[in-house]
Amino acid sequence: MFKRKDLLGLKDLTAAEIELLLDTAVPMKEIITRPIKKVPTLRGRTVVNLFYENSTRTRGSFELAAKYLSADSINISSSSSSVAKGESLYDTARTLQALRADVIILRHPMAGAPHLLAGAVPAAVINAGDGAHEHPSQALLDLFTVREHRGEISGLRVVIVGDILHSRVARSDIWGFTKLGAEVRVCGPPTLIPPGLEQAGIKVFHRMEEALVDADVIIMLRIQKERQQQGLFPSLREYARMYGLNRERLALARKDVLVMHPGPMNRGVEITADIAGGPRAVIEEQVTNGVAVRMALLYLLAGGGAGHENDH
Amino acid sequence: MKMIIKGGRVLDPASGRDEVTDLYICDGLISDKFEADAGTAIVDASGQLVMPGLIDMHVHLREPGYEYKETIATGTAAAVRGGFTGVACMPNTNPVADNRYVVEFIRKRAAEAGQAGVYPVGAITRGSRGKEMAELADMRDAGAVAFSDDGHPVMEAGTMRLAMQYCKMLGAVIISHCEDKTLAAGGVMHEGYYSTILGLKGIPASAEEIMVSREIILAAETGCPVHIAHISTAGSVALVREAKKRGIPVTAEATPHHFTLTDRAVAGYNTAAKVNPPLRGEADVQAVREGLADNTIDAIATDHAPHAFDEKNVEFDLAPFGMVGLETAVGLVWTELVHTGILTPLQAAAKLSLNPARILGLKRGTLAMGTAADITIIDPGLEETVDPEKFTSKGKNTPFAGRRLKGLPVMTIVAGEIKYRR
Repeated sequence: MFKRKDLLGLKDLTAAEIELLLDTAVPMKEIITRPIKKVPTLRGRTVVNLFYENSTRTRGSFELAAKYLSADSINISSSSSSVAKGESLYDTARTLQALRADVIILRHPMAGAPHLLAGAVPAAVINAGDGAHEHPSQALLDLFTVREHRGEISGLRVVIVGDILHSRVARSDIWGFTKLGAEVRVCGPPTLIPPGLEQAGIKVFHRMEEALVDADVIIMLRIQKERQQQGLFPSLREYARMYGLNRERLALARKDVLVMHPGPMNRGVEITADIAGGPRAVIEEQVTNGVAVRMALLYLLAGGGAGHENDH
Repeated sequence: MKMIIKGGRVLDPASGRDEVTDLYICDGLISDKFEADAGTAIVDASGQLVMPGLIDMHVHLREPGYEYKETIATGTAAAVRGGFTGVACMPNTNPVADNRYVVEFIRKRAAEAGQAGVYPVGAITRGSRGKEMAELADMRDAGAVAFSDDGHPVMEAGTMRLAMQYCKMLGAVIISHCEDKTLAAGGVMHEGYYSTILGLKGIPASAEEIMVSREIILAAETGCPVHIAHISTAGSVALVREAKKRGIPVTAEATPHHFTLTDRAVAGYNTAAKVNPPLRGEADVQAVREGLADNTIDAIATDHAPHAFDEKNVEFDLAPFGMVGLETAVGLVWTELVHTGILTPLQAAAKLSLNPARILGLKRGTLAMGTAADITIIDPGLEETVDPEKFTSKGKNTPFAGRRLKGLPVMTIVAGEIKYRR
């Protein structure tokens, strides 16, 4: 059973815990393929989406996951709440606790914010992305998607391409895939690769032609235009030329390679349109699976099958 | 008022004296031997270390302007509880100590508090904004012992060069917080494996080392003594070692946290471990220890930086840099450096008293006859677990809570008066 109060990242999870989360998502996916996509599992539970950053897909995904499980959910975003008045995260957390939230889903621009929240409230806290730290539910849906196609993660070669330095998706994917036995490679310009990855067992590449050889999974990251203005690479044109996924590069990977992207995509920059819409891409499946994985998370953390009591 | 400290192991780094003997104090001064009479206080120091009063050459007392973090009264009370008879306070108050009136105010408040001696450090530039020079000579006359834009490093080499030329005339040392802001830009911890896995922006070692190089080059050129504050990287230690060999007037200090903790202490987003310069890697900690042992690093200073609880109970990026240090320094020096054989007790005493006094030009740090009786007594075997709630400082922001320390101050005497007794 899943014994944790919170899900703050994948780094501290065991392989068995990750497997449990993925296994739990299987019946959840079955629920969302039914004509009536609703079960009463979390009736009477309250889920708060606390979003300090804009997000369409993650927030929508968590919101639907809560609704499909019959939880009551509300959304609080930084533009419409006391956040704009300068209330501290700690005080916001205490307020949500006083409102009797059972689960708080937090998206925040600063790494570690979910840790602060989790320490301040007895409610379960799910990290929906914190700065450049982790985005565990995204990695779980990536793992789920790969497992659906390939049955097993162990022994696969996974290549993550792009802005590793600022990517919370990359970090969560690194932990998730390595814990389940995959080989993880990262590829990007040296200015977008953080130090010390080798210490986590990651192989670092700067040339896609080398990184992609015999890849089973390619995860393309979104490149943000601000990074060019920060001087981290010379131009989007040059970036696309060196790190864009095109047909020639895709041909270096295994024939049954899965191409993934956490979205939103910059078509024509990190990925060409024909690949994004092509047979190897599983980008839309990732979105569907995201709901299933998040239902599993809510179920395990909000009481469904949890081994702990959310006592108030 | 007479006092005899009996039977302690007396450590006087200025003379190299290290012997079990008695120490005589009369009218606030170290005195010749005299016969005890009814009015003579007797202090039994057997089994304890008796040394010149410790001087912390790098603290933030927060007054004026940030009295909710610390005041001169609470900070100096924390100092004597930590075994320090004197502290040099940095000018980043509000208003900034960039003129004689703030310097005079600090000295007046310190005299009123009547605890540890307070030696104000004046700002190098007006408002510590790194542009025009502050009135350095006027501040010097008012009692500023050194000059620094601590926390707001002077980024332009041209400005620093002028300040050094001017300070050379005044015979005052420049204390440099070495940080190239274009390299540190927005960083909140050491750049390395831990910044990567925590997703926090790193401050590379080069941010410090480039500025250490610059200060050494300017000190060599101008002849102005420069003191490197809170040295934290292996590269910086090597630069200072090399500069000293070449006879350049450079000195350096290290903090207890930089010789004890690594960047690993930040894991879990512990804002108590957020400090600038940041906690570095294993090799850096080792290099700082070696630098202390071979006297490349002259002094141990705390960079005592109290903050309010709410200021640190926020997202890591938003928390202010800094940790308190006055009340854990002696315990950390003895636990980490003396009991481990890295420093002799005499060396530790020198780095905590004589050397800071010499760098700042103070007539302190010795047990010579006729000097002010500032004395610290340490029990090297006494153990305690750090409990921030027991601190006298308003700041409880320490990463050492719960740590077992061995070797603690038991008495602090300022000008012949017992200010702290355990």
